[in-house]
Amino acid sequence: MFDHASPLPSLPGVGFKSRHFADLMDDPAPVGWLEIHAENYMGDGGRPLAQLRALAERFPISVHGVGLSIGGPEPLDPDHLARLKHLVGWLSPASFSEHLAWSTHEGVFLNDLLPLPYTDATLARVCEHVEQVQEALGRQMLLENPSSYLAFAESTWEEPAFLSEVARRTGCRLLLDVNNVFVSATNLGYAPQAYIDAFPLDRVGEIHLGGHDEDHDDHGAPLLIDSHGREVADPVWALLDRVLYRGGVRPLLIEWDTDVPDWPVLRAEALRAAGALARVPA
Amino acid sequence: MSSDARLPLTEEGGSAPTALRAAPPEYLDQEEAGGLSPSERAFRARLASGSGVPPGLTDGAGRPAGRRFDVYRNNVAVGLREALESGFPAVARLLGPANFDGLARAFLQEHHPAAPVMQRYGAGFPEFLATRLPPGRLGYLPDVARLELALRHAYHAADATPIGPETLAGLHEDTCLSLVPAAALLRSAWPVFSVYRFAMQPGSPRPAARAEDVLITRPGFDPDAHLLPPGGAAMVAAFAESAPLGAAIAAADADAAETLTLLLREGALAAPKETRR
Repeated sequence: MFDHASPLPSLPGVGFKSRHFADLMDDPAPVGWLEIHAENYMGDGGRPLAQLRALAERFPISVHGVGLSIGGPEPLDPDHLARLKHLVGWLSPASFSEHLAWSTHEGVFLNDLLPLPYTDATLARVCEHVEQVQEALGRQMLLENPSSYLAFAESTWEEPAFLSEVARRTGCRLLLDVNNVFVSATNLGYAPQAYIDAFPLDRVGEIHLGGHDEDHDDHGAPLLIDSHGREVADPVWALLDRVLYRGGVRPLLIEWDTDVPDWPVLRAEALRAAGALARVPA
Repeated sequence: MSSDARLPLTEEGGSAPTALRAAPPEYLDQEEAGGLSPSERAFRARLASGSGVPPGLTDGAGRPAGRRFDVYRNNVAVGLREALESGFPAVARLLGPANFDGLARAFLQEHHPAAPVMQRYGAGFPEFLATRLPPGRLGYLPDVARLELALRHAYHAADATPIGPETLAGLHEDTCLSLVPAAALLRSAWPVFSVYRFAMQPGSPRPAARAEDVLITRPGFDPDAHLLPPGGAAMVAAFAESAPLGAAIAAADADAAETLTLLLREGALAAPKETRR
């Protein structure tokens, strides 16, 4: 259905931050591709677009949206869809992805990725929106699993089955955030390995890794916060090994969005990702 | 942030004036969007209410979600507040954390972002500040916010090729010039440039009571603010309306040479347009 001419390579990537521009242009190894947040590149000019144009000449780019509110009941914002279409049009990135979440309520953008119950009704809503995005952008998109701090009692679908069904109905691919799996599994008391084993890994076009913070709930149980502000935790690397062993190598992104470190620290994470990819049997 | 960046005429410490306290949330009381389940409706209604956990949300063992819900509530509140502060760092420093928090909360209640492009967020903040400030105090603050908005706009403005001194020398005085998209003029009845510099650059001189006009430019990728000489604003305003070169120079009177030099050095003048008839 979709011409997928230039997919991302199965190499380490990093979420691009302006402060790392010179380092990446100078000596990017082991980074083989970059991801940008779409909403940061919707101005008319200046440094953001100039850097992006320069990077796009050297790296495959993944455009990662954070504002479409695919999980919300409202129609997708046509203005925002048009902005995305413009960006994807001139940049022609290797990939476009968004989140299984909502962020806009009655025209108000809440600037966060918020959860939805997994029911037949929300499944239909999400599928309709994914199809609308793919039609507007003229390409296949990837949908990312969220990090969860709570569950909806009304949910009737397990998250892996829900995402699998969205992919089956819409033809989209999936973005598997392994840190999100670990965070959600810890917070909701299930085995992250079981989540991975239930996930349709053949649909996964990209993997995310990021750092989380540790807190506790009212009962003293661990409550992990998806903060993207530190190194990827060891148990998350272990879970990644399971994903790669079962599903094979994939484009593997390190996300570090708050308290962004100097390049050598982020590069060390990318090197660890390269090591994880290299261990996978051919 | 450094507390010594604050001016003595700000409200220091203590509780915020009544005018600065947050109003009750209103935007979530509107009619619910169609297609939401009761749990989803409750989630949205409680997100901005400041307290209470909606029913139907649980931990992994089926117990009420409790403070787990606060993670979402806090993420939304902190995320939007930080977006506002990163867009208005001088206003935040001048107010101090306690007052900025109070004003930010009140602004967020009335002016949630309407689009997921945060670079545009806060356009209504200067006018909001003007209505919420205690009478007779901090009168310069709305113009400082306008200056910060103008700098942010310049950062994202369209690229353009400015004209240089050689080009200008060859132009007839009837040639109409305009400002590049990243250049802008801000006229103020307050010492807006001095207050901004005082807030953002440690060791800057204390602002004196006077009116100041500011030219915003972006010679490369980094926007900058420049204090204009008394006649400079008239020239910049003329170019902003694509006035003929001769008229713009005449408008600046004795400050023409200085202002024209500044505009050329900063790459603020755009290529000639058709001569006016």
